[in-house]
Amino acid sequence: MKYMLLINQGTALEVQAALPPDEQATVWRDYQAVNETPGVTPGQRMASPDSATTVRVEDGRTLTTDGPFVETKEALGGYLFVEADDIDGAIAVAALIPAARYGGAVEIRPLVEG
Amino acid sequence: MPDGAPALEQVFRDDWGRVLAALIGFLGDVDLAEEATQEAFAVAAARWPVDGVPANPGGWLMATARNRAIDRIRRNRTLAEKTRLLEVPEATEDPVDTLDDTAFPDERLQLVFMCCHPALSTEAQVALTLRSLGGLSTDDIARAFLVPEATMAQRLVRAKRKIRQAGIPFRVPPDHLLPDRLGAVLAVVYLVFNEGYGGRGDLAAEAILLGRALAELMPDEPEVQALLALMLLHDARRDARFRDGELVLLADQDRTLWDAAQIVEGRTVLDRALALHGRGPYVVQAAIAALHADQPSDWPQIALLYGELGRLTDSPVVELNRAVAVAEAEDPPAGLAIVDALAASGDLGGYRYLHSTRGELLRRLGRTSEARAAFERALALAHDDAERRFLTRRIAELTP
Repeated sequence: MKYMLLINQGTALEVQAALPPDEQATVWRDYQAVNETPGVTPGQRMASPDSATTVRVEDGRTLTTDGPFVETKEALGGYLFVEADDIDGAIAVAALIPAARYGGAVEIRPLVEG
Repeated sequence: MPDGAPALEQVFRDDWGRVLAALIGFLGDVDLAEEATQEAFAVAAARWPVDGVPANPGGWLMATARNRAIDRIRRNRTLAEKTRLLEVPEATEDPVDTLDDTAFPDERLQLVFMCCHPALSTEAQVALTLRSLGGLSTDDIARAFLVPEATMAQRLVRAKRKIRQAGIPFRVPPDHLLPDRLGAVLAVVYLVFNEGYGGRGDLAAEAILLGRALAELMPDEPEVQALLALMLLHDARRDARFRDGELVLLADQDRTLWDAAQIVEGRTVLDRALALHGRGPYVVQAAIAALHADQPSDWPQIALLYGELGRLTDSPVVELNRAVAVAEAEDPPAGLAIVDALAASGDLGGYRYLHSTRGELLRRLGRTSEARAAFERALALAHDDAERRFLTRRIAELTP
């Protein structure tokens, strides 16, 4: 099965920024380790949600607004792909993602194949 | 489940979970397995009253369901793609009633861990477990939980779709996941029991059936044994809990209405859990329930066990129960001190039993107007009719 893991930072970035340098280094190493986990295809690093632009089309007019579609705190902060036998494999990877333990959360979305 | 004569219905209830589990294990698809199982049971309902019940009903049902599934897959290639079968085997032509059901592995544990997977909502876990392992019809489950049948049907459809789309596994979890996952399974069964304990007795009976199945499937798990013991001990007091539709407190219950045989069974199962060195929350709760069945109750021991349970669960509700036990073991002021500390922490402000317990202790201390105020707060929070009548009576007794 293929899964997409969507990382929501929540308050994780602020919490991590306040950590002592050695713990910040651990966070970075943990993200590296997630990306190197067998079955994981890392996503590309995303700029922060406050740089987002949201586009709608109404009556043929393209409307753009500054900021993400959802609240900044709820915006997507990153993503990756996991190939696993079942959802337990995806949950195990999600639980390794530092955001999940610093006030953020990881959403697992199965990808439809075929 | 199709309607049938009572004897048949019993066979069906006993075998539904085993047949369905074996079919899911064989096919790897829940919907297809359920349809084939249902077909086999429908064939049985039509034939058995005429031809007689086969020597091995379970084996007959499994072989028939398996053959029906194979037939369907052969007729429809897109179904085959849903299953894990790389090659569709031939339907067995043997006279199916010679089949022994030991020829099919018992995969009910895989089934229950799939139904209670934490990626499913608790509501979905409960509905799936009752439907799949318990063999209840969608309509029965809907009635038990007081929701329209269409709502329950939709809940089951969504849950099964999630199992398929999210890849929820049909397996017993590996050791490092087992304690958590087992906790979820036990929580589902105990939730069903507590729904029934509130008045709908059929659900309590269902929960005990599920508990018996789990105890048989996991004979070495002390918490599984303890949950069964706990349910048996509580349920044994069912007939004494209400008199003329009114709630009767433990101390006032007519003990001749207790089911003595069931209490003995509950104690035996608890002993097994203790012999397995169980010290978990269900073991402690079952031990408390066993002490409550003694005459007189050993309140100091009960208070100690609630203290232990509080350490295990960190639950303010447990602390409230400890207050009741301490009030009995020592005196009402000692219990009231614990209740007041809980009230001050604010954790249980909206919990009716905090206020009714406080009211009861104040009443015993002769602090009438405070007692009445506490009962009135409890009444404002109570929904259950019997509880409301009980509280109204208490308030009336305290009104000059």
